[in-house]
Parts: sequence; C-alpha cells; structure tokens
Amino acid sequence: MTLVVPAVSAPRRAGRKPRRDNRFAAWLFLLPALAYIGVFFGYPLAANLVMSTQNYTVKSFYTGEAPFVGFANYAAVFDNPLFGTAALDTALFTAGSLVFQFGLGLALAVFFTGRFFGSSVLRSLLLLPWLLPLVVSGAVWRWMFDQDHGVLNAALRFVGLDAVPWLSSTNWALPAVILTNIWIGIPFNLVILHGGLRAIPASLYEAASLDGAGAWQRFRHITWPLLRPVTGIVLMLGLVYTIKVFDVIMVVTGGGPANATQTLTTWSYRLSFQDFAFGQGAAVGNVLILVATVFGLLYLRSAKATLAEAAA
Amino acid sequence: MSVARRALVLAASAALLAACSPSPAPPASNGAGAPAATSITELDYYADEQGSAAWQKILDTCATQTGIKIQRQTVPTAQMLPKVLQGASSKTLPDLLFTDNPTLQQVAATGALTPLDGYGITTDGYYPSIVKAGTYQGKVYGVAPGVNGLALIYNKDLLTAAGVEPPKTWDELKAAAAKLTKDGKYGLAFSAIPSEEGTWQFLPFFWSNGAELSQLDSAQSVKALQFVTDLVNSGSASKSVVTWNQNDVADQFVGGNAAMMVNGSWNLARLDEQKSLHYGVVPIPVPQTGAKPVVALGGEVGTVPVTSGPTQQAAGKVLSCILSEPTMLEWSKAHAYIPSKTATAAKFGTEQPAMQAFVDEVGSARSRTAELGEKYPKVSQALADALQAALTGKQPADQALKAAQQASGS
Repeated sequence: MTLVVPAVSAPRRAGRKPRRDNRFAAWLFLLPALAYIGVFFGYPLAANLVMSTQNYTVKSFYTGEAPFVGFANYAAVFDNPLFGTAALDTALFTAGSLVFQFGLGLALAVFFTGRFFGSSVLRSLLLLPWLLPLVVSGAVWRWMFDQDHGVLNAALRFVGLDAVPWLSSTNWALPAVILTNIWIGIPFNLVILHGGLRAIPASLYEAASLDGAGAWQRFRHITWPLLRPVTGIVLMLGLVYTIKVFDVIMVVTGGGPANATQTLTTWSYRLSFQDFAFGQGAAVGNVLILVATVFGLLYLRSAKATLAEAAA
Repeated sequence: MSVARRALVLAASAALLAACSPSPAPPASNGAGAPAATSITELDYYADEQGSAAWQKILDTCATQTGIKIQRQTVPTAQMLPKVLQGASSKTLPDLLFTDNPTLQQVAATGALTPLDGYGITTDGYYPSIVKAGTYQGKVYGVAPGVNGLALIYNKDLLTAAGVEPPKTWDELKAAAAKLTKDGKYGLAFSAIPSEEGTWQFLPFFWSNGAELSQLDSAQSVKALQFVTDLVNSGSASKSVVTWNQNDVADQFVGGNAAMMVNGSWNLARLDEQKSLHYGVVPIPVPQTGAKPVVALGGEVGTVPVTSGPTQQAAGKVLSCILSEPTMLEWSKAHAYIPSKTATAAKFGTEQPAMQAFVDEVGSARSRTAELGEKYPKVSQALADALQAALTGKQPADQALKAAQQASGS
C-alpha cells in the first residue's frame, strides 16, 4: 500500500525503496538456511568447543554443572601416550585409503569409459560396497579376516602361502582395516571420476589420435589435466570422509589389538564413553575438526587458483 | 508453505535447544505417599532373541500382578549408557531402568536415581556382593533379580576321546588345553577384546590368584597375566582371542573348534539347542588345589530414576514384583541366571545340575565396583589394554601391567 504513494511523488526514491524490500526478502529467503546451519552445525560445534574446556563428567549430564578448566583437557590429551599412536594411525589410515581408493577408482573409471558388452551392469555391481550399511561390510570383512577359518587365509593357504594373522597381530591390523576401507571407498571414486571423464569432449581424443598420440599420451595430456577439478573434489571429499571413519574400525577391530588401529575418532569415543572423560573426548574431536578445516581451506585456495588460471 | 516450514524449523530448533541445555535438577525424592501411576516405561538391554522373550514374560507377569502397564524399550548393550546419559540431560529417563551392575556407580553418580528403601525394597537375604554392586555412597540404588558369572564349559565328547578330566587347577588347565589342541582345534577359547568384556573375562584369573584392582602390577597380577599369555603363546588357545567377544567364543565352542571355553551361564540355553553337543560345566580352575575361584559378578540391576512421585511409586511396585522369589526363579530358569538371594539360589542349584557350578561360584564372586566405585571404568580399560599388549606380544606381562597401573592413575 505504502509503495504506491512515493512511487508517484518521487521517482528517484521509488527506485530505492523496492531495492530495500528486495534486501529484506533476500534475508528472509536466507533465514531458513541460516537457521539450519546455526542449529545443526553451529550449535553442536560451539557446544563441543565449550565442552572441551570443561571438566564434563557423567554428573554434568544430569546437573548441567561442568567446571571450566581452560586447556587442561587438551594438555591431558596431548600428554597421553595414546595421542601419538592415534594421530599416526589416523594419518596412515587416511593416506593409505585415499591413495588406493583414488588409484583403483580412476583405473576402473578409465576402464569403463570404453563401451563393451555388460559394462553398465558391471559398473552398477561395483557400486554395491557403497550401498551396504558400513556395519554389515565391517562384519563380513571381520569374518573374512579370521585367522583360522577366514576365506582370505584359506585362499592364501590354497596357493601355498602362510596364513596371515590379519586382526590378531599389531602389525597387520591397520593394513586390514585400511583394506576394508579401500574396498568401501572405491565406488565413490569410480562414480565421480567416471562422471568427470564423460564430460571431456570426445573430439579431443579423436584429434589426438589423428596426431598419433598413444593411449598413455592421451591420458597424460588430455584426461589428467581436464580431470583436475574433479580430482580435487574427489580427494577433498575422500579426505573428509576418511579422516572421520569410525564404524568400520569399530566393527572390524574395536581399535585393537593393543591399540594398533586406534584412530583419533575411535579414541575420542573411547575417552567419552568408556573412560567418561567427556571433556577430553571433545578435545580430540576438535583436533580432528581443525585438521579437516585446514585441508578444506587449502582446497578452496587451490580451487580459486585453478579458476583464476582458467580465466587467464 | 514456506512460512509454515520456517515456523516448524524455529519451533524444532527451540525444542532442540531446550532439550540440549541442561537445566538444574529437581531435588531427588522418592515421592513416598503419592498415589502410584497406572503406566510406566521400562528400559533394558536384553536384545537377543531368547533373552528378550524371557524378559518380556517376566514383565507381563508383573504387569498382571500389579495392574500397571509397562511400556518396554530395548537397546543394544553398547548404547545403554549413552542413552541413559542423554535421558538424564533431557529429563526423559525411563521410570524403571535395568542396567549392567558395574555401570550403576556412573548412573547413580549423576544423581538421577532414587534410593530403593523408599519403595519398601530391602536387601535381606541377597548375596552381599550384589548388594555392594548396587550401593553408591552408602545407599542402595539397584537390586538384581538374578546374577551371573563365568565358568569353564567343556565338550564332554572331546575330553573323553582325549582321556582328559575337566581341569580344576591352572596346571591341569594348561595340560588339558595342550592335550586337546590338535587337528586344527584349540584346547581353550576365551575373550580378550579391548573393552570391559575382556577385563571381565580376565578377572577370574586375576582375582583367584589374589591380585587386587588397586595394584595392577603386583606379582600375583603379573603371574595371572603370564598364565593366560602362555596359553595363547603355546598355541593352546587361538591368537584370535584378542578379537573374539563372548558370542564369538560360544560360536567357536558350538562349532567344535574349541574343546573348552570360559563363558557365562547365559549361553547354556543356546548350547542346549545343539542336540549333538554334550557339555559339562566346572568352576574356573584355580592357581593351586584348594583355592577358591573368585569370579566377577555379572547381571543387571533394577533401578528407579527420578521422574515424578506417582511413576516412581509404580516403578517401585513393579520392581518389587520382579524381585519376588517366584519371578526371580522364573527369570533364572528362562535365561540361565542365578537367583540373587542365597536361599533361592541354593534351591535353584539342586534343581538345575548344569547351573550348580555357577551357583557355587557366586558365593565368592566379587563386585567389580565395590572398591573402586566410579573409578572402575578407567582401571578396567587399563587392564584390558595390558591384556591385549601381552597377548599380542607387544609388551611382556610385567611391563604391560606397569603401564596399566600408570594409566589407571591410582
């Protein structure tokens, strides 16, 4: 109603007023998203930060009282001999999983760009590990890894090799959970990279072939550079997914034997729900968030650089 | 549409915030004198098929007897404590709660439980150890209708074939396990996973040898850990014990891959189902002849959380019914538990020969939290770590226990 009057009397202001309305509407449209982020992302994050500076015990759950202790929880966590073990295991687990998931995923993606009989059926079958609940995959792998009756050792014995103490040796347990996680992660890499490959124009390959480029040269000079943006996303998401893996390790080894597969996530859980040191558990969780954030920022920077490069 | 949705989001977030921010607790009272409610909620972790059905029957019996409707909720064991803590912070605790006895100290420490004397529940005639497990700072907060413990369960056919008598001492156990280990079968199976379950399985060896939880690196403790480690190193028990939980151990036994196992009475119903399996039960072997086996006391205690006067009274009534002798006996029979009253247990043992070994042990069984109270979980975790370190060969027994003593901080 009020809109009409100034529109007639002052045309200069008329242009301004609707703009202010637009801004108001824009904020309104933004509100649900902001509320969502605030409630489901900001609040837990802030609560976790606060908890990591408190002596939060089982009592605190009921009374709501948790004395402020500053950085004592962080000091206790960094002082704990398990911190080094958990940090190293997390790094090895993440790096090992990423390298092989990505490598095998890329190889399979390239393989499936060629159309052949049954290729789409095979490709959808390869998605299976992704569809299975992690607890199911973990339980199945636990059976397969069994030292005496597992199928993996049966196969090794069949070809004349010694049985491997997959889950009962402190040397083999970490490779075993990494293997499980690689199997689970391949489909994700395969699907995204396959999508990226489909987006590369076929004419480029034709032109290269005419110029006499071989299969390796075509991959090296066309596929790889044009796939780079997708690669960045896949590796970034893979890193974030892998660094926080909890259920797979919990089901397959429970962090054992003798803490050989204790990562920061399983250790955080253990501190909170087995030792009831909730403050320390939260502190470990925050360390993980920090690491993931750093890698996220690095990715954003490199993505910006790539965009700038493409524009130039 | 969008306005409605936004309102919903706001309302939901407000509710969530309200649920998450802990408010000061109301003063604990048992609501004596208030009229009892006609319906209560109950939470337990009897999630396996047999246990769940048996427990449902007990609840149905008591619902009929008291005229109080019982809405039951079951969660897996591992989710019990997180669920209870969540309930404590959002003030949505069940009216009646059955939890593992070593966790009672943690739950009682929150202040969320009411003392049971307000409901006319006394502890006369119960095994002193289970009363101790249910007592926090001098008040009884939890009482169990039945308890359990670990014993040595053996395959009669395999022992007869090998000419081996059920072992009574450590030496006999070692010899028997070695003799029974052949043709890809192991003499003994037990669980040594890195959690409370692993500690619970090791404690019978630890305590029977005179070790104490306050001193994890004592000579007796080192000897007990060395004994268990030797069983694995000599090949009489699989190296996989560090990954087996008690269900896996029972699987190995049922599958004929292990001639003997350390396991609890609750497995007997499952063993009975295997018609071709003939098993016997003897108490856990002791270090020397004449020593008494000391196992850890297991079983769930019934508690009444702070809710409101009427529901607390109703929950107290139902708990009294569950603790009455006929119900106690019914539960013990259905789930292979031992009644937690001495007289009832004696009667039960003569009726059920397979349970006699377990009944014998309960008399000398110890509550895990009696000495340490709230500090038990940390010590238990340290002991489980030492067990794993020794069994995987990462550290010798004495060093592993020294590290455990340091980590337990006592």
